[in-house]
Amino acid sequence: MTTTEKTAAVSAPRTPEAAGSPLLQVRDLHVEFHTRDGVVKAVNGVNYSVSAGETLAVLGESGSGKSVTAQAIMGILDMPPAKIPQGEILFRGEDMLKMTVEQRRRVRGAKIAMIFQDALSSLNPVLSVGYQLGEMFRVHQGLSKKDAKAKAIELMDKVKIPAAKNRVGDYPHQFSGGMRQRIMIAMALALEPDLIIADEPTTALDVTVQAQVMDLLAELQREYHMGLILITHDLGVVADVADKIAVMYAGRIVENAPVRELYKNPAHPYTRGLLDSIPRLDQKGQELYAIKGLPPNLLHVPSGCAFNPRCPMAQDVCRTDVPALAKVADGRGSACHFWKETLHG
Amino acid sequence: MPDKTTVTPSSVAGAGPGQTGSGVDVSAPSVAAASELASMGGVNKPRSLGQDAWRELRARPMFWTAGILLVVLILMAAFPFLFTGADPGHADLRNHYLGDPQWTHLFQEDWFGYNKQGQSVWARTVYGARASVIIGICVTFAVTVLGGFLGMIAGYFGGWWDALLSRLTDIFFGIPLLLGALVLLQAFTHRTVWTVVLGLTVFGWMQIARVMRGAVITQKQADFVTAARALGAGNGRILLKHILPNAIGPVIVVATIALAGYISTEATLSYLGIGLQPPAISWGVDIASAKDVLRDAPHVLLVPSTFLSLTVLAFILLGDAVRDALDPKLR
Amino acid sequence: MAESLTKSADREPILQVRNLVKHFPLTQGVLFKKQVGAVKAVDGISFDLYRGETLGIVGESGCGKSTVAKLLMNLERATAGEVFYKGEDISKLSGRALKTVRRNIQMVFQDPYTSLNPRMTVGDIIGEPFDIHPEAAPKGDRRRKVQELLDVVGLNPEYVNRYPHQFSGGQRQRIGIARGLALNPEIIICDEPVSALDVSVQAQVINLMERLQDEFDLSYVFIAHDLSIVRHISDRVGVMYLGRMAEIGTDQEIYEHPTHPYTQALLSAVPVPDPEVSGARERIILSGDVPSPANPPSGCRFRTRCWKAQDKCAEETPLLAVPAPFKDTDSPAAHDSACHFAEEKDVVGAA
Repeated sequence: MTTTEKTAAVSAPRTPEAAGSPLLQVRDLHVEFHTRDGVVKAVNGVNYSVSAGETLAVLGESGSGKSVTAQAIMGILDMPPAKIPQGEILFRGEDMLKMTVEQRRRVRGAKIAMIFQDALSSLNPVLSVGYQLGEMFRVHQGLSKKDAKAKAIELMDKVKIPAAKNRVGDYPHQFSGGMRQRIMIAMALALEPDLIIADEPTTALDVTVQAQVMDLLAELQREYHMGLILITHDLGVVADVADKIAVMYAGRIVENAPVRELYKNPAHPYTRGLLDSIPRLDQKGQELYAIKGLPPNLLHVPSGCAFNPRCPMAQDVCRTDVPALAKVADGRGSACHFWKETLHG
Repeated sequence: MPDKTTVTPSSVAGAGPGQTGSGVDVSAPSVAAASELASMGGVNKPRSLGQDAWRELRARPMFWTAGILLVVLILMAAFPFLFTGADPGHADLRNHYLGDPQWTHLFQEDWFGYNKQGQSVWARTVYGARASVIIGICVTFAVTVLGGFLGMIAGYFGGWWDALLSRLTDIFFGIPLLLGALVLLQAFTHRTVWTVVLGLTVFGWMQIARVMRGAVITQKQADFVTAARALGAGNGRILLKHILPNAIGPVIVVATIALAGYISTEATLSYLGIGLQPPAISWGVDIASAKDVLRDAPHVLLVPSTFLSLTVLAFILLGDAVRDALDPKLR
Repeated sequence: MAESLTKSADREPILQVRNLVKHFPLTQGVLFKKQVGAVKAVDGISFDLYRGETLGIVGESGCGKSTVAKLLMNLERATAGEVFYKGEDISKLSGRALKTVRRNIQMVFQDPYTSLNPRMTVGDIIGEPFDIHPEAAPKGDRRRKVQELLDVVGLNPEYVNRYPHQFSGGQRQRIGIARGLALNPEIIICDEPVSALDVSVQAQVINLMERLQDEFDLSYVFIAHDLSIVRHISDRVGVMYLGRMAEIGTDQEIYEHPTHPYTQALLSAVPVPDPEVSGARERIILSGDVPSPANPPSGCRFRTRCWKAQDKCAEETPLLAVPAPFKDTDSPAAHDSACHFAEEKDVVGAA
């Protein structure tokens, strides 16, 4: 199983010196949580890569392991209870899991930054946003208080917060949800990182504000030529901005593909089911297609393919053998025994 | 044979393809739900608040330490004659004035020696447990009922009720428990265990009231309370069925920890001569009478104080364990 | 079904809402509270609900849609206005009369994790309506009724003795729906009933709700922020902005022929799960944020973010009515829209 998964990962250009080499590569990553009820295998052999200027969307429902993977990359998992028994996270070819705590800390924030879903709880409520933005420069670059404040205003302008000069002394609760998320983006951008991981950055926002924030993020990514990992459960958000998508289910990547191909012709029954089950704004269907059953309990993941109890195509082999991520086309893989039938059905 | 014929149609109806649209709709999710439940099997047994707490508690060594100490203590309070054959009231001044402990005479009358009246220290310590345990448990119970009730009213009804009861709580909070009890108990010339319970209850309910008020306010806003109200449920049902079972956790925690405090306060009051009075037997009374002979016979003081400390410690340990088990914030 | 309801004029409404207002007072001072202002959460809303139909109410956070749900349920007292259930004003009822009305209007909540009492078994939760309204089911019959309800919402009837934490989000929402159905109501107010669920489970719950509607002849007020889901389930849709109704009409009128600029912006901002369509769409990106409902703009509430705004919009509050240009046409654009400069614009790109 691992061998086939590796070939899929290999299909991306591999020589680190090459111009289009991936910024970040996750290889065969496993994360487990040791709880009283047993071992929860949250991430189970995940492979993906992002290059500079590229947007990878990681799509999955709650419990799919999409956020845990991101936390493992950032090095912000609580260990214990979490454990990484196996895998590599290569940043510019160097395995971050083998770095010292100090090396890791230098990468975090400066090279890889993260944006969270809930901006209000990610910001310190008793410090002004200007102070919190400036802190990045004071700590990492040793700037004076005055220079740091100037930089903070510059950043707030950059993320299009109106009247940045007047609002630099305001506290997080004085900003609206959309503005707070902009401040989070500004903080992530502060040290001009190479890679941004955005974990459901617009889920808590209203649609009209969502569009503003997504646009801003895409624009800044282009300007700074950053890699972007966008973690989301929303197929709609992904369609607009991502270059490629990795769909996760029960800790594994079940399908990865360039964005257009995945929407046009999914190669995994789970992806197909998800696409069919969302109502469309531009047409009114009769009955919605519904994927039957419930997301798996990670303490008792079904044997074989984890999706088999919910899959309309499941056969005996699906209940016994874990499907490897088979190569569907260049840069495309599907972890389904019957991907050919799915693709053409 | 008749059994078989009854089974067949129903099983066909469940799986048959020739069903109406709505029938198919129902069966699909319930099959799926059944498989989900099977996959959860054994992990999540049904449980209530009590079972929840027990599951957490039994894994804690602290709980077992406290538990064993408390079992011994409660046995002592209920059946003192199991621990000593001696009469705690029997005094033999001539023979036993401040008699030394005989450490090897386990559970004998002279195990821990005699006090200045020639009474067995061991017997008095055993019989003294009763006053402490009764006062601790009764005060805690009374305080929980009184404070819990007032807190619930203040938290649930809010407005003027809350303003009134909260100010009342503040006023009582301004009076130290010990001082308040001291002043109140002085008014009684004859004091029994129940007078002390009364004194401690009157000045001890405020913390429970505050905790209960906070918990009720939190639960009052819960969606399931709104749901009950939308169904037409009255205040009584909402309070007793929905709010109380969810708000009681923190109250139990505070009450368990406070219990230790009431026991030591009782001892303090008795020591000051304002709690129980001789001939009542209590650790506080014994500690008070031992202070004069501290130089000559320290054991007369040490034995009851050790038991007092152990008891307070056991309740504090129990309170800590209960807090860890019930406090959702630590989960 | 949508077709049969588009001409609802000849039907008797089951629920009529007239000029509903809810202001939450803002007070200062601890003991002697002084009112210093009010959050105008709902500020004059009117609509009708017909038997067997689904009225969707959409809007962004803070627009007052959840407050509308609470007002319809009588969980909050209206500051002004009326709610007529079969011709009777229920907004001022209390006590026994209110309790009787509650049998007919029930609610499904947003969060399946907080709307079920964690200390009660599923049987007690679904059976509670019968405890409160003993006349609804004889005592010996209740357990059977509860099991029937579990079956109706697609759960195993043997689950009666389990606790909510033993179920997943989708299953809990089914329990919530069963509780709402217990008293056999005519109207169910659904406040974001699927937004807390996983995408793959949302469709199951939506399908269940549609099936139950047909089976029990229910009328839904379906409050949500997800415009795609609202379109799917609704016969008519109302769009709220800052405590007022901006536009209301059939789903086709609103989604394919919106005339209010806010509706247009809202629809154009919805991400479409199809890169080819979404690249081709025109997107209206609104500037700024929703103003505070404690201090809403004068005149049209949307004017601070509207690209069409003129002086008139600040001075004159636009009424919710069919806009003048479409008044005598039978075009689908001829539906109620509260805008001085209403014009039709297809932003969804429907074929």
